[in-house]
This record gives sequence, structure tokens and C-alpha cells, in this order.
Amino acid sequence: MIGVDIRAKSFGTKRILKDISFDVSDGACVAILGQSGIGKSTLLRIVAGLDQDYEGQVRRPDQMAFVFQEPTLLSWRTALDNILIVHPELPRSAAQDMLSEVGLAEHAALFPRQMSLGQQRRLSLARAFAGRPQMLLLDEPFASLDGSTAAVMIALTQRLIGERKPSTLFVTHSTEEADSLADRTLVLAGTPATVVRNKDRLENKREKAS
Amino acid sequence: MPVSVVRIVSLVAFLVFWFLLAEINGDPAVLPSPADLLAPLVREAATGALFEHMSATILRVIAAFCIAMAAGMCLGLIMGTSPAIDRWLDPWLVVFLNLPALVLIVLCYLWIGLTDVAAVAAVALNKIPGVATVIREGARALDPDLKAMARVYRVRRTAFLRHFVLPQLAPYIAGAARSGLAVIWKVVLVVEFLGRSNGIGFQIHLYFQLFDVTMVLVYSLSFIAFMLAVEWLLVQPAETRVRAWRQA
Repeated sequence: MIGVDIRAKSFGTKRILKDISFDVSDGACVAILGQSGIGKSTLLRIVAGLDQDYEGQVRRPDQMAFVFQEPTLLSWRTALDNILIVHPELPRSAAQDMLSEVGLAEHAALFPRQMSLGQQRRLSLARAFAGRPQMLLLDEPFASLDGSTAAVMIALTQRLIGERKPSTLFVTHSTEEADSLADRTLVLAGTPATVVRNKDRLENKREKAS
Repeated sequence: MPVSVVRIVSLVAFLVFWFLLAEINGDPAVLPSPADLLAPLVREAATGALFEHMSATILRVIAAFCIAMAAGMCLGLIMGTSPAIDRWLDPWLVVFLNLPALVLIVLCYLWIGLTDVAAVAAVALNKIPGVATVIREGARALDPDLKAMARVYRVRRTAFLRHFVLPQLAPYIAGAARSGLAVIWKVVLVVEFLGRSNGIGFQIHLYFQLFDVTMVLVYSLSFIAFMLAVEWLLVQPAETRVRAWRQA
């Protein structure tokens, strides 16, 4: 379970976030929706423990994975090594199986720059799920992908989350992405940003229907 | 025309130019022709003197190179990743970068004595600031996103250094090693010239006092040939290897 209670986050004198409080129960998927530059990625970095300069507290499980906005791969290592270096305890065959699950079975020996952006993002996803995380953080993982590739990636992510059931928190500015993946959506708005709406999947569907 | 062919033709042209200059000069005591060097070279090699002095110089070059690279890399990495330490140590780096090699050599000989320790220390101290400066630039350019990724996935410190930091620093390390080697062997000759009783620099000093241009050229050109072989057979292939993933 993830527990977030952020009272304030500032950069210098500028306050970015205030009074953000929510939980993500085990196996649930929560989307943080908001405009670009509002502080969504900052919130995610705080939850991941990458930014500790804030007022408040965050409870997070030990086993975590992060899918960054960019694939963030080791360009000088093969696809298989990109998984094994981050998860050294993982047997080689398990890493190979993980690559197969994301459709990269034939790409194990390739370097990231020999792969398309879509394939690099799949590899980033494989790396995240290979460690069997209890908590998964996704920072706009489908940004800058064309429509059809994004749809395939969303379906793949949905399947992997459904099978492994980590507590998932993902950041997006796309309502469609949030609706297709999340059980609950928190909408960030204002300056400093705070949660202005908290709606579950049922409410989303009702809203769409009306 | 292929680059290798151009290089060979260029070197042959240089030998012809040297041969003609020696012919025009007409005095082998002042400028011997390339052919005049062959007999003394064979003689020095046969007596073992050439290899004795060359191996002494090579050992000093290796020792100074390893110390300069290790210390320079540590210093550069620390300065490049810690702005606070960088602010404190940067003025020291500037001072040492501008300290002439000759001053360091003389001071080391005066403080430590005319020993190999002093010789190697002087050469290494001369090169450490240069290596540190290059590695510092590399450390400043380390990708912060990869660092964040390593933190999230709790990558062990040794694995982080080996798989994240060193590959990013590899082009900088290769550059520092290449320029370092090129400078170090020349400074080693000066160190030997001033205060050692063996080595190529010592032999150059000896034959300088005897005004024997032929032997000065035999010893210096033998060592230049050796260093070129190191550059072509070791340094360049190693550099190509660390850059291989970029061409993939």
C-alpha cells in the first residue's frame, strides 16, 4: 500500500504542491491527471523517494519500480543486460522470459539505440516488472508515442498490471489513458497544485455516458 | 587513397627529406642520414644497452601513468559530482595545471632525493591535474536520469560505478589516457635527463655531453617508435572498443 500525505513542496520561494493526501491500496491503480508543468512528475519523484525536500510524509513498500518519461536505458548494454544489471538476482532465463512477455524475445542482444522508441519503452516496462514490484510508478509512459503504438503499450501495461497486481500510481495529462488504466483518478489543479477531484472508474464511465 | 597508405607514403617522404638534408649538409657528426643510424642501433641492441635503458624508461612511464590516471580519475570524479568540494579544490587544480613540469621535477629531486620515487612522483604530479580536469567534465555530464533510475531500483554501489558511471566516463578516460601517455613519456625523459643514471633520457644526456648526434637520435627514435607502437596497438584499439556501442 502507498500512503501519501504532502503538506507542501516548494522550489525556492515558489510553492508547487500543497495538501495532497491519498492512499493507493494493494493492487489498485491510481492516475494523477493534470496539465503539463503542474507538478505531477514532482509528486511522483517524492513518492519514489527521489525528492526528499518536502513537508509531509510518504509510506511506500520496499520493492518498487519506476517507468520514467524517457526509457532511461543503459545505451552501452544489451536489452537483456539492461534487465539483469538492475535485477542481478534474476536468473537469465527469467529476464529472457520477461522480454518475451513484452514482445522483445528477438531483441535480447540488441543495444537500445538499435531499437525503436516503442521497443525501448517496452524494455523499460520489462525492466520494471522483472523485479516483481509491490509498487509501480509510471511517469507519462506513453508520451511521444504515435496513436497505435500508444494503444498497444496501454494494453500491454494493463495486462502486466492485471497479472502482477502492484499498487500503481501513474501520471498522465491524457484523460483517455487515465480512464483505460486507472481504478481511480485524482485531478491536480491550481497554484500551488492540489487535488481538486477524486473520481473512481464508475464515476468516469457515468461522466463519459452523460 | 586509403588513410593507411597516405600515412606510409608520408613517413617515407619524411625519410627521403631527411636523407636529402643530410646529403646537403654533408657532415654526419651534425646530421647523420637515416642509413647512418642502422649500424649503431644494431650495436646497442646487440650489447643489450638499448633494452636495458628502454625498459627502465618504460617502467617509469607505466608507474607514473598508472598513478596519474588513478589519482586523477578519483579526484575528477569527486570534484565533478560534488560542487562544494569542487569550489574548494578548483583553485588548487588551476595552480598545479600552471606549474611547469621542470619546477615539479626539481622540487621532487630536492625534497625526496635523486631516486626513482622522486622521478615517478614528479611525472605523476605533473599529469594528475590534467586527468582530473578531463574526468571532472565527464562527471559533470553524467546523466541524472540514470542516477535516479539506479536509486529507485537500489542498484548496488559497485554495480552503479561499473555499469552506470564508468561507461559514461569511458570517452573521457580514453581521452585523458591518450593525452596523458603522450605527455608522460616526454616528461619521463626530462626527469631522467636531470637526475637518473639509466633510461633513454639519461642516455640522451650522456651523448649530448659527448656531442654524439647519432646516438642521441638512435635512443630517442627507438623510444618514439616504441611509443607509436603502443599508440597503434594498444591505445587506439582500446579506444575503439569502449566506443563500440556508439557505432552499434
